Amino acid sequence: MLDDLSRYLGSESTRQLIVDQLVQHVELALLPLVVGVALAIPLGWLAQRHPLLRTSLLGVANVVYTVPSLAFFVVIPGVIGTQILAPVNVIAALSVYTAALLVRPVVDALDAVPGHVIAAATAMGYRPLRRFLAVELPLAVPVLTAGVRVASVSNISLASVGALLGIGGLGALFTSGFQTSYLPPIIVGIVLVLALALVVDLVLVGLRRLLTPWARAGGAR
Amino acid sequence: MTLSWLFDPAHWSGTDGIPVRLLQHLRYTLVAALAATAVAVPLGLFVGHTGRGGVLVVGGSNAMRALPTLGLVTFLFLVLGSGEVSALVALTVLAVPPVLAGTYAGIQDTDAGVVDAARGMGMTGWQRLWRVELPNALPLLLGGVRNAVLQVVATTAVAAYVGLGGLGRFLLDGLRAFDYPKMVAGAVLVAALAMVLDLLLALLQRAVVPRGLRLAARGRGRGPARVVERGRTEVAADAAMREGTE
Repeated sequence: MLDDLSRYLGSESTRQLIVDQLVQHVELALLPLVVGVALAIPLGWLAQRHPLLRTSLLGVANVVYTVPSLAFFVVIPGVIGTQILAPVNVIAALSVYTAALLVRPVVDALDAVPGHVIAAATAMGYRPLRRFLAVELPLAVPVLTAGVRVASVSNISLASVGALLGIGGLGALFTSGFQTSYLPPIIVGIVLVLALALVVDLVLVGLRRLLTPWARAGGAR
Repeated sequence: MTLSWLFDPAHWSGTDGIPVRLLQHLRYTLVAALAATAVAVPLGLFVGHTGRGGVLVVGGSNAMRALPTLGLVTFLFLVLGSGEVSALVALTVLAVPPVLAGTYAGIQDTDAGVVDAARGMGMTGWQRLWRVELPNALPLLLGGVRNAVLQVVATTAVAAYVGLGGLGRFLLDGLRAFDYPKMVAGAVLVAALAMVLDLLLALLQRAVVPRGLRLAARGRGRGPARVVERGRTEVAADAAMREGTE
């Protein structure tokens, strides 16, 4: 087994191929994370202010979340009119998943901002938009990052399913290993996906610490 | 296009017909979910009740979420050889963490005062587990099962790649033949199955909330402060069952 692995990784071109696929995987999995967060924050803001929107948005998010990934990848081109093999499909599908996953945490986090804090900001002359960006959103960061961590792990794992549709990324190692009945690429793929998930998770934890200096300063948040 | 594929009578009979594929998909889902529940519930009850190994369970099930399903399925197929056995093993392995996390979160979430009261009434450890903690944990436990079932339905479609039957066949066979209506029909059927199963389990989840808890929530649920707090515990419960207990 180890012999096979070292022989597989011994080839320069293989290593280059793996790096290329890793890079593409990062793009497939992390771009949706950014897009999803950018979608979820305004949606959550709207949902938190309008009770009717809250029920409907959270309902839609729940339903979206039940759609299996492979099914989603296949249906997206029919909806947005892209080619069936375009990586955009995976990115779009994962963005929607991320947004669906994050809307609820955003709403909950905004709900949890104490009324007196908002009142104080208003009394200091903050207009609603500035108050949202400077007061409510920063206070929502811990809950938001918890959601983003979950989304990043699931995106990194789901992006490999795109390989079934011929879309690259580390999933291509699984399909090529399966087609040639050769284990090393599959093992390398699994290890790299796990490692990528771990690294991104650590980065997100670091980001949270950076964005919530008051939590580090000790005492209550 | 997809609709005409779905309603074509030719696609509703034979070994590659919709009913056969649907039943296959249901069977794999049921077997994997039951096997995972049989493993995860006792383990979750043990860890939740004794408090031993909680970090390991939570950390482990979080790490498992990162495991790529396609990688696991192809890996097990090459190691174990048979398509059906390896796929069922993979499906079960993937269904264990959500159920485990749900069971553990449910037991942990049980009001400590209630457990204390049960102890004060002279209940033994077993009695507390069976008559207090388990009923209190059931909604979250079923939340875990719900997540597991979603995961299994999705992965069964992926496992069609290593030759498993089920609705994923339409998707992948359609892809191979550039038959877009067939692919989309498969996707729609898989999504519909996932939604129906999720809805059924959601109803069951609502039905198993113990009467005492429901009465208590109604009794307390008056003043605005209480309502907010209740909303937040629901949120915590929801978060716990969706993402393990982070």
